[in-house]
Amino acid sequence: MATPSRYVGTAQSRQDGPAKVTGAAKYAAEFTAPDLAHGVVVSSAIAKGRITAIDTKAAEAVPGVIKVLTHENKPRTAWLDYNYRDQVAPPGSPFRALNGPEIVYGGQPVALVVAESFELARYGASLVRVTYEEEVPNTDLEKNRDAAYVPPKKRSGIKPPPDPRGDAAGAFDKAPIQLRQEYKQAIEHHNPMEPHASTVVYEGDGKLTIHDKIQGVNNTQGYVCGVFNLKPDDVRVITPYVGGGFGSGLRPQYQLYLAVAAALDLKRSVRVVLTRDQMFTFGYRPETLQTVALGADKDGRLQALTHDAVAGTSTFEDYQEAVVNWSGLLYHCPNVTLDYKLAKIDTYTPSDMRAPGAVTGIFALESAMDELAYATGVDPLELRLRNYAERDEGEGKDFTSKALRAAYEQGAARFGWSKRKAEPRTMRDGRELVGWGMATGVWEAMMMPSSASATLTPDGTLELACSTADLGTGTYTILAQIGADALGLDLDKVTTRLGDTALPEAPLAGGSWTAASSGAAVQAACRTVAEKLFGYARGMADSPLANADFAHVTFADGAIRLQSDPSRKVGIAEAMRAGGVETVEATEKVKPSMLTNMRFSAYTHSAVFAEVKVDEELGVVRVTRVVSAIAAGKILNLKTARSQILGGVVMGIGAALEEESMLDHNLGRIMNHNLGEYHVPVNADIHDIEVIFVDEHDDKVSPLGVKGLGEIGIVGAAAAVANAVFHATGKRVRELPITIDKILG
Amino acid sequence: MLSDSGSSAPPDAIPVTLTINGQERRLRVAPWTTLLDLLREELDLTGTKKGCDHGQCGACTVIVDGKRINSCLALAVQKDGASVTTIEGLSSGALHPVQAAFLEHDAFQCGYCTPGQIMSAVALIEEGRARSREEIREHMSGNICRCGAYANIVDAVEDVLKTKSSSFREAAE
Amino acid sequence: MNRFEYTRAGTVQEAVQALAADPAARFIAGGTNLVDLMKYNVERPGRLVDITRLPLDEIVQHEGGLRLGALVPNATVAGDPLVNERYPLLASALLAGASPQLRNAATTGGNLLQRTRCYYFYDEGTPCNKRQPGSGCPAMTGVNRIHAILGASDTCIATHPSDMCVALAALEATVQVEGPNGRRAIPFAEFHRLPGDEPQRDTTLRRGEIVLSVDLPDEDFSKHYTYLKLRDRLSYAFALVSVAAALEMDGDTIRKARLALGGVAHKPWRNAEAEALLQGKRATRETFREAADVILAEARPYAHNAFKVELARRAIVRGLSQAAAGTPQSQTDKRIA
Repeated sequence: MATPSRYVGTAQSRQDGPAKVTGAAKYAAEFTAPDLAHGVVVSSAIAKGRITAIDTKAAEAVPGVIKVLTHENKPRTAWLDYNYRDQVAPPGSPFRALNGPEIVYGGQPVALVVAESFELARYGASLVRVTYEEEVPNTDLEKNRDAAYVPPKKRSGIKPPPDPRGDAAGAFDKAPIQLRQEYKQAIEHHNPMEPHASTVVYEGDGKLTIHDKIQGVNNTQGYVCGVFNLKPDDVRVITPYVGGGFGSGLRPQYQLYLAVAAALDLKRSVRVVLTRDQMFTFGYRPETLQTVALGADKDGRLQALTHDAVAGTSTFEDYQEAVVNWSGLLYHCPNVTLDYKLAKIDTYTPSDMRAPGAVTGIFALESAMDELAYATGVDPLELRLRNYAERDEGEGKDFTSKALRAAYEQGAARFGWSKRKAEPRTMRDGRELVGWGMATGVWEAMMMPSSASATLTPDGTLELACSTADLGTGTYTILAQIGADALGLDLDKVTTRLGDTALPEAPLAGGSWTAASSGAAVQAACRTVAEKLFGYARGMADSPLANADFAHVTFADGAIRLQSDPSRKVGIAEAMRAGGVETVEATEKVKPSMLTNMRFSAYTHSAVFAEVKVDEELGVVRVTRVVSAIAAGKILNLKTARSQILGGVVMGIGAALEEESMLDHNLGRIMNHNLGEYHVPVNADIHDIEVIFVDEHDDKVSPLGVKGLGEIGIVGAAAAVANAVFHATGKRVRELPITIDKILG
Repeated sequence: MLSDSGSSAPPDAIPVTLTINGQERRLRVAPWTTLLDLLREELDLTGTKKGCDHGQCGACTVIVDGKRINSCLALAVQKDGASVTTIEGLSSGALHPVQAAFLEHDAFQCGYCTPGQIMSAVALIEEGRARSREEIREHMSGNICRCGAYANIVDAVEDVLKTKSSSFREAAE
Repeated sequence: MNRFEYTRAGTVQEAVQALAADPAARFIAGGTNLVDLMKYNVERPGRLVDITRLPLDEIVQHEGGLRLGALVPNATVAGDPLVNERYPLLASALLAGASPQLRNAATTGGNLLQRTRCYYFYDEGTPCNKRQPGSGCPAMTGVNRIHAILGASDTCIATHPSDMCVALAALEATVQVEGPNGRRAIPFAEFHRLPGDEPQRDTTLRRGEIVLSVDLPDEDFSKHYTYLKLRDRLSYAFALVSVAAALEMDGDTIRKARLALGGVAHKPWRNAEAEALLQGKRATRETFREAADVILAEARPYAHNAFKVELARRAIVRGLSQAAAGTPQSQTDKRIA
C-alpha cells in the first residue's frame, strides 16, 4: 500500500481549536455531577515538625460544611509504598497526604474541608486551626553539598552518567587551555495555567469516573486502584483537555488522592482544585549546583571534560534526571568524567519539568563552551563545529541520524551570525549594548509502547482513539493527519478521541515521545483497517481489484485504487457492503525496536541563536531576537510543531531571565508562591522568534521517522541568552535567572 | 428573562440582575461570590477560566459594560445591573474574527488561557489603542500564556486590527 | 473568604455613617486588592460597604488644576485628554502599573490604599507585624529582595506597591477626605506613613474616613517629566525601583524639581534636600548624581536588596536626564530612553 502524504508534513490548524477558542473545551475542574461536593485543601504553615493538635470544630460548625478530613480521621488506604508508586515515581516512599502528624515540607496538605459549595469549603478551610511542634527545616542546598550522595537506586527510565572514558583529570592538567566554573540552576515551578484539579464522580454503583489533571489517564487509574484497592473496571479516568502540564501532570498529585479519599468516604462526588499558591507545594525543577571543567588545545579542541552536578531532592524520594550525561555525547572528547549526586532537603520531591535535566545541564555545558570560545579566540559556532561528535561517545554508538550541522548552518545564516563582532561590548544599538549568543540543544528521541484504534464507517469517516493526552502539544491534530493520509480521507472526516482509560492504552504524554509512539500506533491500526477493507474489496464479485496485491493499491478520495490504473477502484462503502460489515475497526500496539535501541543512539538537536539588548546602566535585558533551528526527524504538522518550539523558547527565556522559586531557609518555605511574584514571561517580554526545521531523514528512530518536539525548544535557550548577555556586556552570569541585580552586581 | 434560584445560594443571598451574553438573568448570590465563581460554579459558563484567582494571570478576563476586567476580583453583587460578555457569548454560529484569527495563527496550545486572551484582544481592539506590534504586546501583557504562544497571539491580533483599520503601523519597529 | 454583610451606600454620608456604625466594616470599590487579600484571609471585614455607586466618578477642572474623583478607574485617568495634556507623568505612571484589566477595575481612591506586596504579609502561614502586630518580621532575615531600603523600621521593611502614588507624590497632589468629623484635605506627602512601630497602619486616614478625590495643583510639569520603572519583567510586575521626575526648566537650568521614588520605602519617597539641591542648577548627570547620593545616603539594605541602592542611584540619574531632556520613558517601547 502506498500512502500519499496529503496532510502529514503540512501546516494544519488544531482539531481541538474550535472547542478551545469558544470555551467549549472542558478541563478537569469543569466536569460536574448532581451530588458534587467541593474540597479545599489546608496547607501546612511549617516545613518540618509535627501536628500536635488540629481543631476542626469551627469549620465543621459552618452549615454546609460536610466533613473535614485530617490525618486523624482519614479513611484507611493501602499500607505498602508499592501501592503508591505511579508510572514515573522515583525510588523512595511516595508522599501520602494526611498520612500522619509529621510535616516533611512547607505547604504540605494537612486537611481537606469538604462542603456543599466551593466558597463554603474555602471559608471552612480558613477556620481550621493547626498547632505544630516546629523543627528547624533544612532547605539550603549549598549547605548540604558535602552530604551529597550517588543515588543508590536508579530511577527507571533515567540513565545514570556513563562510566568515565580516558583520563579526564590527567588530560585536564596537561591541556594548554583550562577552564573550570560553577553554574547554578534555580528552583522553577511548572505553573501550567490550569491549576491541578480532580473531579471524582461517584457513580451509583460505587464506581468512580475521574476527571484529573494528568498527562496520561492510565497513570491516574493505576494509582487510584493501587492506593484505594479498586479494580480498573471500577475506575474510569476521562481528561480530554489538559491546561498545560510541562511535567507537573506526569505524577498523580495530592489533590487526586484527597478527592478520591473524600468521595469514597462520603459516597458522593467530590472536586478538589488547588489554588495557585498550592501549585508551589509539589514538584518543581530542582536547584542544581554544577561544576564544568574543560581542557582544550589552543584551537579549542576538547581534550578533557568533567561535569559534576549536585541536585536537591526530598527526604522521602530520590528524584533523578539526566543532568550531566549530555556532556558525554554532545562533543568529541577523548577524556570525560561525569558525576551526578543528590542532596536531601526538606522540600517536596522535584519532578520532571520540560526537558528535565537537559535544561539544567546544557545551560552549564553551553555556557562553559562559550567561555572556552573566548578563552581560545575561536568563534562560538566554529568551536562547536570543531568539536562536533559524529558518534555518541558516551555510549559508543552511532546516531540514528544527526543533522545538527545543518541546524548550525541554517540557523546561523538566518540569524546573520557571520556579521557578529567577536569582541564583547562592541555591538550597540543607540544606548543599548547588543549581544549575540548561541548554544546547542539536545534531547533524547524516544519511543514507548503504545496502542491505538481506528474505526472506519461507510461514509468515510474515521475515528481514532488512544488514551494519550494532548497538553496543547497538537496530538489530536497530528494523529488525525496520520489517519487521514493512511486511508486517503479528507482531514475533516477524521476525529480523534484521547484522554480516556476506556480507549487503547498509551504511555504518559511526556519526554517528547507521544508523536513517535501514539503516531506509530495510529498508523499501524489504520494499516490493519486498510488491509481488512482491501480484503473485502478484492473479494467482491467482479471486483475491479481482483488479483491485485495490497502492495499495489492506494487509498485516496474515499476509495481503494489500483496504483497502476487509479480508475480501477472500490469505494469504502462498497467494500464494507461486500464484507457485510457496518464498520471496519482495528486496534494495534506498537513497540520500539530493541535491536535499534541497542545499536543506535537517538537524539533531537537544536542550534539556538539569541540577540539581547542590554541597558547596562540599569541592568535591563531584552531578548529581541531568537532563531531556533531544529533537527528532529520528520515534522508532522508545521503549524503545531512551530508552536511547540516557540513555547519552549519562551519558557527558556523565562528560565534565563525571570524564573526562580525563592526559599526562605529559616522557614523552609517558598515565598514568591504566586504568579505576581514568580515571574514567567508576559507578552511584552517576547519579540521575534524564528523556527527552522532542518531536513533530517531517519528510518530507525521510530516507524514514522519522528523524534518529538516537546522538549527540544527549551534546551539551550537559556545558555544562548546568557551567552548573548556576556557578548553584550562582558559580564558572565553563571546563576540563573539573570535578573537586574546580577547585571549590576 | 431567566430566573435562577442558585441551588447553593445561602439564605442570606442577595438578589442581583445581570445581563449575561445578552440574556437578562435574575440571580441570588452570596456577597462573597466572585463574578468568576458565579459564572463557573453556578451558571456552568466554564469557558471563563480560573488560573490564579488573584488578578495575576488574566485567564478570567470577561467584558463588563464594555470593559475587560478580571472576573476573579469582582464580587458579583457589586455588578448588579451590569452587562457581562464571556467567551460563550462572543459568537453564535460563525466564529468571531478574533476567534478565527487565533485558530488560523495557532495562537494557543493548551487552550486554558485562550478565552481570557480572546476576550482581552476583543476589548483591546475596541479600545483602539494598539497601533503597532509593540503596543499589542504591552496591552496584552495582562494575559499570561504559559505555553508561550505570544508571538502567534500578536500575529492574530495584528491580523484582525489590519482588516479593521488602516492606521495600523506596518513596520513600527 | 470570611462571611460578611454587604451594604450599598447611596451617598457619601451614608457611607461614612455605615462605617462609623460598624467597627468591622470596610469600604469596597474596585476590589482588586481587597478581594485579593480577603481570599488570602489577610483581610477579614465583617461588613463591606459598596461605594461604587457614589457620585465620585468624574474628572473636573478645579482651582486651576484637576480633581480626580475617588472612583474614577485608573484606565480612565490614564486615558483622559486633560490628564495627558497637563499631567502626563500621572498617565505614564498609571500605564506602567498592573494590566489593562486591573486598570479598568481599580479606582483612584483604591490605588491610594493598596497594601504592600511583601510575600510575608500575604502569607498567613508566616508571622508579619503588618498583618498581625507583634508577631515578628521574617522578611528581615528571609527573602527580602523586593523590600525597603529607605525609611523602614525594626518592625517592618515592606514597600508601597503603587506606581500612581509615586507620580502623585511628585505632583504634590492633595487627598480630599470626608469622615465622621467632616472634611479635610491631606497633602500627599502626609497621606502615606512610614511603618515606625505601627506597621499595620499604611496611611494617616482616620477611622471612618472616605477618600473623595485627589486634587492636582495648578502647576505645569508637562514638558519635563518621566516615570521610569524597573522590574523583573518588562510588564505586569511591581517595581523594584521606580522614579517619578518632574522638572520645570529654564533652558538647561532647573527651575523647580520634584522627585519621588517607588519600590524603595513604605511610602513614595521624597527628599526635600535633594530637590532643593537640584533647584537652580544646570541639568547635568553630575548634579543628578549628587541628588541621588543625598537621597541614598540614608539607605539601609538587607541581605538580598543591596542592589536596589545602586539601582535607585542610577535610576534617579537616568530619570532626571529623561525629564530634563524632555524624553519621557515610553510605557510600550521597552527601550529605556
